[in-house]
Amino acid sequence: MNARESLEHQHYLNVSYGVKSWLLTRDHKRIALLYLISITLFFFLGGFFAVLIRLELLTPAGDFVQAETYNKLFTMHGLIMIFFFLIPSIPAVLGNFLIPLMIGARDLAFPRLNLLSWYIFIVGGIFTLTAVVTGGVDTGWTFYTPYSSTYSNSAVVLTALGVFVTGFSSILTGINFIVTVHKMRAPGMTWFRMPLFVWAHYATSIIFVLGTPVLAISIVLVGLERVFGIGIFDPKLGGDPLLFQHLFWFYSHPAVYIMILPAMGVISEVIPCFARKKIFGYNVVAFSSLAIAILGFLVWGHHMFVSGQSEFEGLIFSALSFMVAIPSAIKVFNWTATLYKGSISFHAPMLYALGFIGLFTVGGLTGLFLATLAVDVHVHDTYFIIAHFHYIMVGGAVMAYFAGIHFWWPKITGRMYPETWARLAALIVFVGFNLTFFPQFILGYLGMPRRYYAYPDEFQVLNVLSTAGASILGIGYLIPLVYLLWSLRYGRVAGTNPWHATGLEWRTDSPPSTQNFEETPVVQEEAYAYDEVPEEVSLV
Amino acid sequence: MAEKTVSAGMYLLVYLALMVLLAATVGAAYLHLGNLTVVAAVGIAIVKATLIILYFMHIRVGSRNLWVFAVVGFLWLAILLTLGMTDYLSRGWVPAPTGWEPGK
Amino acid sequence: MSNVAARVAEQFDDAVQQRESATVGMWIFLATEVMFFGGMFLGYAVYRSSYPMVFGASSQRLDIVLGTLNTALLLTSSLTMAMAVHAAHSGKRRSLVGFLFATIVLGAGFLGIKFYEYFQKFEEHLVPGKGFVFEGADSRHAQLFFSFYFAMTGMHALHMVIGIVMMGVLIVFAMRGKFTAEYYNPVEMAGLYWHFVDIVWVFLFPLLYLVERS
Repeated sequence: MNARESLEHQHYLNVSYGVKSWLLTRDHKRIALLYLISITLFFFLGGFFAVLIRLELLTPAGDFVQAETYNKLFTMHGLIMIFFFLIPSIPAVLGNFLIPLMIGARDLAFPRLNLLSWYIFIVGGIFTLTAVVTGGVDTGWTFYTPYSSTYSNSAVVLTALGVFVTGFSSILTGINFIVTVHKMRAPGMTWFRMPLFVWAHYATSIIFVLGTPVLAISIVLVGLERVFGIGIFDPKLGGDPLLFQHLFWFYSHPAVYIMILPAMGVISEVIPCFARKKIFGYNVVAFSSLAIAILGFLVWGHHMFVSGQSEFEGLIFSALSFMVAIPSAIKVFNWTATLYKGSISFHAPMLYALGFIGLFTVGGLTGLFLATLAVDVHVHDTYFIIAHFHYIMVGGAVMAYFAGIHFWWPKITGRMYPETWARLAALIVFVGFNLTFFPQFILGYLGMPRRYYAYPDEFQVLNVLSTAGASILGIGYLIPLVYLLWSLRYGRVAGTNPWHATGLEWRTDSPPSTQNFEETPVVQEEAYAYDEVPEEVSLV
Repeated sequence: MAEKTVSAGMYLLVYLALMVLLAATVGAAYLHLGNLTVVAAVGIAIVKATLIILYFMHIRVGSRNLWVFAVVGFLWLAILLTLGMTDYLSRGWVPAPTGWEPGK
Repeated sequence: MSNVAARVAEQFDDAVQQRESATVGMWIFLATEVMFFGGMFLGYAVYRSSYPMVFGASSQRLDIVLGTLNTALLLTSSLTMAMAVHAAHSGKRRSLVGFLFATIVLGAGFLGIKFYEYFQKFEEHLVPGKGFVFEGADSRHAQLFFSFYFAMTGMHALHMVIGIVMMGVLIVFAMRGKFTAEYYNPVEMAGLYWHFVDIVWVFLFPLLYLVERS
């Protein structure tokens, strides 16, 4: 059978053609691809704003853009990257594509709701993009009052509307995932035989449904205050701006776990495959996902240590923030123990996954520094914070996203990506990332504030290093765009299971047929049964 | 397919209970309860909500674990209210440093 | 009972799985609504604990008779909604339509009274914003109370309007024979939504109208 022929079977991509068959699809796999295209566009838009920020910061003086413009740049960068790239990325692309396959179902529980999620995401995105092109927002992605509710002259309401609408996309996806996991598992697919990727998305969905509504109401209240002059956060009326921060961070802290839990789910799939070894401590990793989701709701006040929150409250949130680190650390230990005495190969997904473990650990540990009240007083609102969250969100979540895209690319497209280029890009990303963000830890500790377009001369060297790193990082992200598109036409045909991985998704065609399985599978083995697969199998 | 349901008679009974509780809510408001006014008001409201959830919303006859989904939202609201109000109620409890001198 | 007769969608194996999925899904959605309204309850709690006297005085400006009447109307509408679901379960189409219609009427009555109350507040200059007037030492904080009054009851009223529209759609479907004793999921789900909106009001009523009446 030659390479071209094995893609001749009917699958979800060639079963029908035409715009209507995509825009009115109910197939979770097609919806995943609709999301993939959308978030990729948003990723490069958010990246464009980052480029402008780093260009401004090449010199100590504010000479590239005006101060007000700079405020808009970092606001748009944050809003787009968080709400329109990171939060949907793994769940809406990989989660949508893989969850039904991984549990042996024909689709999610509510396919039409799934499509509606994507349309809502697009509508919210259009509102926000309109705000971007009609002048932008300058409040910071955090929308703090009273600046956002009263004093800012930028497109606050339009942007807030965009974020509000997009939030419903998350909520509906969360509902879909939870019901799917509860009700749509194939016979024999018990909870503790599910891939950890599914557990991770279940935990993420808990946050989607219980956290996002609070963001929604905080945005509504800011909008009401701005449009109708109803004073809720207005100090002139005896209102408390801190109330907004409580409501905002109640969602926005768990939101960071929305961004990292699915990433951890990807890592839990990639590591066992490329170490040819069952994951160490499956139950513990599964429960840790739930623990992160739940504990993540109890720590939001650590964003408000210096905002005027009571000191007693600060103590409580500091202690709880230490606790939430525990399940994350447990996962790192378990992945490491999985690697120990494994038969390791360094394909691109594994390179990204290994990078994740190191960078996530750095980011997570620095989070503990920040949970320490006295340290946070010193580094709050400095580049230390920026470095901390970029280590987790970029060094962690984005690398895991790339790991997942590469790992499941053969399943999604039926083709392999070019391995050498992929490894090269992974290394470039790793180098570029560290060069960009490690100097920022130092800058923050030395006192450079965030959200400023000018800084003292003595910080220039580190800033130049950071900008240099960002250009390398950018190249590292552009390379996959090129070769992944190339592979759609010229990539080697992958076959059903090029990685000899475990998991139901690898038991069906690449690409899968619309209904996923010819017959509903009956599951009889535990997850990650790598011991039964001969180690000497040569991968790709 | 047979699924359990609540009888019409039961609905009527619950409805009467709700109306009695409504009267109690209004009546309690006229008592001099001071700080306990809000406790009584919210307490009676919780009883009403529980009746509605159990009977009108069929949790009483629903599948074994369905009640978890009914409860979880309220539990999370309790987290928001508790940790949120703690800030406001504890301001001034722990003395904050009023300044520091370098070298000390 | 065949999957076709029970209108089982393709992704489900049978009607039971479909019904249970819909039920769990709706309950999760209601949990999101609890958190959505909950944010406003936190704000309310913060300001009531900070300014108890003026919240009490402001609350007294609300009409307790209309508020109590509205609560009674809404509780009755929950009864009629429960009876509507019961009728659907029994396959009684005419009762189903009748009870849905009663629910709409009661809900519309609630909204009518609510908008009359809003109109009254407008006349009394108690709508937050430039025209707000409150006699008393603490008019700044009184405006906070009324901000929450309008935001919370307004959001609730919006949910009721959505509910009434849904009931209307259900009446149309019911009259077209879309529901049988084997398949009436949309009616049951709409019922859950309606009872939830009722529960929100059950909490709003004492917290807004009965702060200080003794």
